[in-house]
Amino acid sequence: MGDVMDATVEEGELKTVPRGHQIIRVIGRDPLSIFAVVIIAIFVLVAAFGPWMAPYPEQGFGRSNTDETFQPPSPTHILGTDYLGRDVLSRIIIGTRAALQAPIIVVVLAVAIGAPLGAIAGYMGGWIDELIMRVTDLFLAFPFLLLAMAIVAALGPSLNNAMIALAISWWPWYTRLVRGVTLSLREYYFVEAARAIGVPDIVIIFKHILPNCISPIMVQATIDMGTVILAMGSLAFLGMSTRPPKPDWGLMVAEGRTVILRQWWVSTFPGLAIFITVLAFNLLGDTLRDIFDPRQYR
Amino acid sequence: MRKLEFIIRRIALSLLVLLGLSVVTFTLARVVPSNPASLYLGPRARPEEIARVEEQMGLNRPLPVQYFYYLRDVLRGDWGNSIATKRPVLQEIGDRAPASLELLFVGMSLAVLIGVPLGVFSARWQGKPFDVVTRTTSIIGVSLPSFWLGLLFQIFFFRMLGVLPLTNRVDSNLRFTSPINEITGFYLFDTLVTGNWIAFQDVARHIILPALTLAAYPIGLIARMTRATMLEVLSQNYIRTARAYGIRQRIVIYAYALKNAIGPTLTVIGLTLAYSLTGTFFVEIVFNWPGLGLFTVHSLLNVDYPAIMGITLFGASAYVTINLVVELIQAWIDPRISLG
Repeated sequence: MGDVMDATVEEGELKTVPRGHQIIRVIGRDPLSIFAVVIIAIFVLVAAFGPWMAPYPEQGFGRSNTDETFQPPSPTHILGTDYLGRDVLSRIIIGTRAALQAPIIVVVLAVAIGAPLGAIAGYMGGWIDELIMRVTDLFLAFPFLLLAMAIVAALGPSLNNAMIALAISWWPWYTRLVRGVTLSLREYYFVEAARAIGVPDIVIIFKHILPNCISPIMVQATIDMGTVILAMGSLAFLGMSTRPPKPDWGLMVAEGRTVILRQWWVSTFPGLAIFITVLAFNLLGDTLRDIFDPRQYR
Repeated sequence: MRKLEFIIRRIALSLLVLLGLSVVTFTLARVVPSNPASLYLGPRARPEEIARVEEQMGLNRPLPVQYFYYLRDVLRGDWGNSIATKRPVLQEIGDRAPASLELLFVGMSLAVLIGVPLGVFSARWQGKPFDVVTRTTSIIGVSLPSFWLGLLFQIFFFRMLGVLPLTNRVDSNLRFTSPINEITGFYLFDTLVTGNWIAFQDVARHIILPALTLAAYPIGLIARMTRATMLEVLSQNYIRTARAYGIRQRIVIYAYALKNAIGPTLTVIGLTLAYSLTGTFFVEIVFNWPGLGLFTVHSLLNVDYPAIMGITLFGASAYVTINLVVELIQAWIDPRISLG
C-alpha cells in the first residue's frame, strides 16, 4: 500500500508535501541550518548520555551540597554552583533529557489529538467539519500559554500536567493543518477508488488519509518545537511544571532570579541553554518554512 | 452595506467565541477539579465552610444549571472573591490592568517602530548583509526566553552600567517628592497631563527595560512579516511600472509599496499584541511590575482559584477583543476584505 501512496503523491500536484531527501538536500546547502542541526545533535547526545557526561551527576539529579553554595565559575565547577551548592553544569546536562523529551511528548500528544480530528473534519465535511472546526476556533481564541496555565492550575503543578496542558492548548494547529491536507487528498484517485470498493470511511481516514499527512505534520512539528520548548520553559519558570529538586532549565532560571545581581551564573547558564536550543530549532524551522510552509494549506 | 454586514457578522462571531470561552473557564473551574468548593476556599478551609460554599455555588445542581448561574454571575460582574486578598476578582484585575496595558502598549510601540523599518530595509536589500543580519536578529528575537532576557538586561543596564532602575514602576521616594496623581492608572499619561515632569521622567526610565524585554519577540515577528509582504508587493507589476517611469526608489518603496504591504503586517501586529499580553506576565515577574502578571503568579502560588480563572477569562476576552478590533480596522482600510 505504501508504494501506491508514494507514487500518488509524487505524480500528483501535492508539491508542498516534502520528502525526506529533499529536506536533507536543502538543509545541507544552508550554513545556518547545518549549524542548527549540529547544535540539536549535540543536545540529543547530551540528553542520551547526560548521566555519564555530568561532572557531578548526583548533584545534577538534585542532591544538595551545602558546603559549596553559590561558588562562582571555577575549574572545579565550570559554571558555578547554585543555592544548594549543586553544580550548575551538571544540572543543565541532566536537565537536557527532560528539556528535549517534554516538548516532543507535547507535540506528539497534540498531533495525536489534532491530526485525527482534522482528517475526520476534512474528509467527512458537512456538520461534523463545522462542529470540529468551531471547537478548534474556540481553543485558538485563547492565548495558548494562558490556557495552559489555567489547565495546570486546575490539575495541579507537575511536569506531566504541564505537558498535558500544553498539548491541550496546542492541538488545534494540527487539526487545521491536517484538515487542509485532507481536503486536497480527498480528491485523489486512490481515495476515490477506496471509497468506490466500499472501504469504510474510518478505514480510509486512518489507513489512507492520515499516513499521507505525516510529512507536513513532521515539518510543522519541527517548526513548532522552538515555541513549545520556550513554553515549557515558561511554565517551569512559573513553578508550574517540574518540581524541585529535579533539574529543569526554566526552574533553574527561576531559582537564581533573586540572586541575579550577585550570583549571576545560577540563572544565566540554564537560560542560555534554553535560548540556544530554541534558536537551533527556530533556525531549522525557518529554513523548512521557507521551502514548504505547511501552513499554506490553511 | 456589505461592510456593515461584515462588521455585524464579525461582532456576532466574537460574542459567540466569548460565550465558548466562558464554557471552557467554567469547565476548568468547576468540572475538572475533584472538589471545586475547597479549591475555591483555599487550602485552609474548614469542612462546614466547604459545605456552605458548595450550597452557595450550587455544586449539587446539574452542570448545565451550574453553568447558567456561572454565566449570570460573570455577566453581572461578579467574578468571585480572591482568596488571598478577599476582594472581588474583577476589582483586583481592574486595579492592575492599567500597569500591564501600559507596559504592553509601550512594548508594542517599540516593536512596531523597530520591527517595521527592519522588515522594509531587509526587503529593499534582499540577500545583502543587512538582510542577513536582520533575519538572524528576528530569529534570535523569537528564540529568547523573555524571563531570561529581562535578567540579562538587569545585569547589564543596572549592575554593570548603572544607568537604569532595576525593578518597579516608579522610584519609591517619588511618593514623597512628586507624587503621581492617578487619573487613568497609565502613569506615562497621568504624569504628562498633570505636568508632573519629574515623575514622568522617572516612570519613563522605569518602563524602558521591561518594554524592551517585551518587545524582543514581537520585533522578530513583525520584521519578518513586513519583509515577506514587502517582497511580495515589490514583485508586482505596478511597482515595476512605477520604476519604469523613473520614479525614485525611495518613493516607490515608501509611498507605493509600503501602503499595500501594511495590511497583512497589521494582522501580525494585532496577533502579536494579543499574544504579548501573556508575555507581559513574565516580564512583570522579572521587573516586579505591579500588573496582572505579578498578580497571576501570586494567585498561582496561593492556589487562589477564583483569581486564576478570572485572569484567564479576562486575558482570553482581551485577546478576542483585540483580534476583533484589528479585523475591523483592516476592513476599514482595505476595501477588498468586505467583498471576500
